[in-house]
Amino acid sequence: MSFAKSKFHHKNLPVNDLGLTYRDYEGAISTLCAGCGHDSISAAIVHACAELSIEPHKIAKMSGIGCSSKAPNYFLNNSHGFNTVHGRMPSVTTGANLANKDLTYLAMSGDGDSASIGLGQFAHVVRRQLNMVYMVANNGVYGLTKGQLAATSDRGVKNKIGDTSLFNDIDLCVMALQLGASFVARCFSGDKNQLIPIIKAAIAHQGFAFIDIISPCVTFNNHPGSTRSYDYVQEHVTARAVTDFVPIKEEINHEVPEGKFEDVCLHDGSIMRIHKLDANYDTTDRFKALQDVERHKAKGEILTGLLHLDPTAQHYHELNNTTDTPLNQIKQDLLCPGERVLSTINDSFR
Amino acid sequence: MKKTDVSTYDHFLKVVDCQQACPAHTPVPEYIRLIADKRYSDAYLLNWQSNVFPGVLGRVCDRPCEPACRRGRVEEEPVAIFRLKRVTADLKDDISARLPKAPEHKNGKTVALIGAGPASLTVARDLVPLGYEVTIFDRDFKGGGMMRSQIPAFRLPESVLDEEIDYILNMGVKTEFGTPITSLHKLLKDNYDAIFVGTGAPKGRAINIPGVKEADAHIALGIDWLSNVSFGHNDKAPKRVVVLGGGNTAMDCCRTAKRLGGTDVKVVVRSSYAAMKASPWEKKDAAAEGIDIIVNHTPKEFVMKNGKFVGVAFEQVESIYDRGGNRVLKQTGKTLFVECDLVLVAVGQDTSFPWIERDIGLDFNEWGQPELNDKTLQSSIDKVFFGGDAAFGPENIITAVAHGHKAAISIDLFCQGVNPEQRTDSDFALISQKMGMHEWSYQNITDHEVRHAVPHISWEKAVKELATEVELGFDDQLALQEAKRCLNCDVHTVFTESTCIECSACDDICPVDCINFIEDIPDNTRPAQELLKGKLHLDKATDEQDYLISDKLKTGNIMVKDEDMCLHCGLCAERCPTGAWDMQKLTLSNVEATIK
Repeated sequence: MSFAKSKFHHKNLPVNDLGLTYRDYEGAISTLCAGCGHDSISAAIVHACAELSIEPHKIAKMSGIGCSSKAPNYFLNNSHGFNTVHGRMPSVTTGANLANKDLTYLAMSGDGDSASIGLGQFAHVVRRQLNMVYMVANNGVYGLTKGQLAATSDRGVKNKIGDTSLFNDIDLCVMALQLGASFVARCFSGDKNQLIPIIKAAIAHQGFAFIDIISPCVTFNNHPGSTRSYDYVQEHVTARAVTDFVPIKEEINHEVPEGKFEDVCLHDGSIMRIHKLDANYDTTDRFKALQDVERHKAKGEILTGLLHLDPTAQHYHELNNTTDTPLNQIKQDLLCPGERVLSTINDSFR
Repeated sequence: MKKTDVSTYDHFLKVVDCQQACPAHTPVPEYIRLIADKRYSDAYLLNWQSNVFPGVLGRVCDRPCEPACRRGRVEEEPVAIFRLKRVTADLKDDISARLPKAPEHKNGKTVALIGAGPASLTVARDLVPLGYEVTIFDRDFKGGGMMRSQIPAFRLPESVLDEEIDYILNMGVKTEFGTPITSLHKLLKDNYDAIFVGTGAPKGRAINIPGVKEADAHIALGIDWLSNVSFGHNDKAPKRVVVLGGGNTAMDCCRTAKRLGGTDVKVVVRSSYAAMKASPWEKKDAAAEGIDIIVNHTPKEFVMKNGKFVGVAFEQVESIYDRGGNRVLKQTGKTLFVECDLVLVAVGQDTSFPWIERDIGLDFNEWGQPELNDKTLQSSIDKVFFGGDAAFGPENIITAVAHGHKAAISIDLFCQGVNPEQRTDSDFALISQKMGMHEWSYQNITDHEVRHAVPHISWEKAVKELATEVELGFDDQLALQEAKRCLNCDVHTVFTESTCIECSACDDICPVDCINFIEDIPDNTRPAQELLKGKLHLDKATDEQDYLISDKLKTGNIMVKDEDMCLHCGLCAERCPTGAWDMQKLTLSNVEATIK
């Protein structure tokens, strides 16, 4: 029986700026099904955080309910976390973010948690441009309740017992684009070369970053006829660009080749280097991104990669002109100055 | 890229570092699991099958398995394999009834074995159960060769040696002890179907420096002196003894001298401490017994004063290594005089073949060693075979055993009229160890304990008694704890391309990052290590193991696993949704046949 992963690690394992290896960012051993895409997402998050040298206690893992929302237990053991009520993760994250804007908020949700019960919460957190990374592990099925069709199941697909999806699917990337998210990407859990740089960029991005991650359910949605199986996704996945993330500390010393490459400077000074496979690819054009997603879908393809990025967009704290000091660090007498100050304010309105 | 050949056992046997490193390919992980199951007799017999002397080797083996042990790469210290081997001998029941016997009807072939050391005894053990009539000759009156004459009883008790030699002799070997062979020519006339020469390296090297003749009565060759002690001809040493040399024989000499009355015993060696040939544990034990080891000194003169021997003069030297890595000794100009009453010379030993006539068709090479076929150990006289130290010069017991197996196979083929080069290889099987969802028929949780030290008697007591064994060996509890440290490298990660769905679950869970899925590299010619540099999660930490490279998968990618750091924890197989990874135990139908 092995529910334990050995502490031994490779002798050549690199350490980051904090002297930690990626193994120091791991969580408990996963109890998800063997082969679950969510475990790959967990691994990608572990690597992204280690490579960015984020102090683990400066991260909060937020989740709701579902297989996806169990996953935060399987990464970042030394970080904060809140496993909230079903579909209510955005509200709790908003509250946490208001109280302490210094943490990195990594949210892990699923298609049920975000596209069904939590759709309203999802829409509003996008609108509000909360500074967070919102990841949806999207497998197009309710795996935790044994394989019912989900709101993100494509119309016409069959689930494992043969029920056909009669309704249109909800595309969370399209919603996020429409509602003005400043960072929108779609990835495949099986492609870490794409996923890790995008998670790193999403963390570096100041504002609302949304990543829809196709994450096959190996138990309930990996059959022929599914559009979220490993085979189907591997055959139909397409990308218009290869993205790489260059942290602030690394100097860029070679010229960016004309035309095919584009460097996008993020808020903190780090760079997203985009190697364009399609010359017309343009991350700044939100309308085109919307069209591209729909066009590829009409062709039966799954468009992945960074879909839209607006590094200049203002996020929630900026829009509300909140204080630079996180609320949890403000002394109580300043935070709640008492009845006299309140009556002075009230008097000013009389 | 070129896919790893998994149609033979070669890749898999190499993964089992200890087994590969053992000249006799002892199936180490398998017997360690038997120890953990408290099946000591079974573990002993498994050992006995490949290395013939588990009780002896569990005490005095050079243990090439331990530096090779995977545990030394992934942690610090290897599994104490050699201590566990002794456990099988110490804790077993009476196994004599389970040993093979000579068949009633012999096959009519006769074989003469010259020398009764580990190589010859192994040949006898392998051939007697097949119906051969084997006669073993030795100049000494008891079998064992150097195991008896050169290894002192405080490291290897006589009873242990007797027991394991008797297992072989009692199968029905004819012994001609106390009978030195003085002419191979004469023996060839006796019409044996085959002759095996296992006469070891019985000649100690002398040192020719001024004073050697005059001081003759105070100088002895180490191995001869040890042999006299073993056979009871000598039971005293003077107070002040100097041992020249830095090998294991030197360590045995100094420790024996201490026990026979030496109070001021010094070892003087020309190399540095690190470059001494003695095994590290031998050096440590000698130091613990209060023996001075003086390094970087080469003897200059045996000094006589007024016709009386007073001691040895040394020059201090420095070891310098030239570009070719050869050691050059450079004198520093400083000298040292060590007073003593006895000098034991242990600076090396050689084979000795004055009894082989040079005109009978047996060819020797420029170093005075017989010309042998490496594969078969056959000499230029087709019915004469060599093995042990006699074949290629001094090695160790376990190499002699491996030679014995190899020669026995050759002799068996030769006596059937088959060219000994036409050897049949061993069959092999890989058998799944999966028992259920998270259940394997081996302990797959990696134990994080550090190596356990072996208990010993107090050093004060040790230096007083010649025949009292210093090391006590592991008891069953220590054995169990140490056995748990074994990583079960013989339970292999076997990959099936056709069932892999490339979900990367194995890659994610692997604690040591050895599994990679990468784009295929269109190059079949250059070595894998060169092609894969920078393409995997991590570059190799050591070159001790190869890569396991798969065929193309559905996406066109390939799987590359670095066998170097793998813990054999089986998590890849547990996390694999389709069973593309499985943990399969390697078994070889004939371990002896794998000795190449």
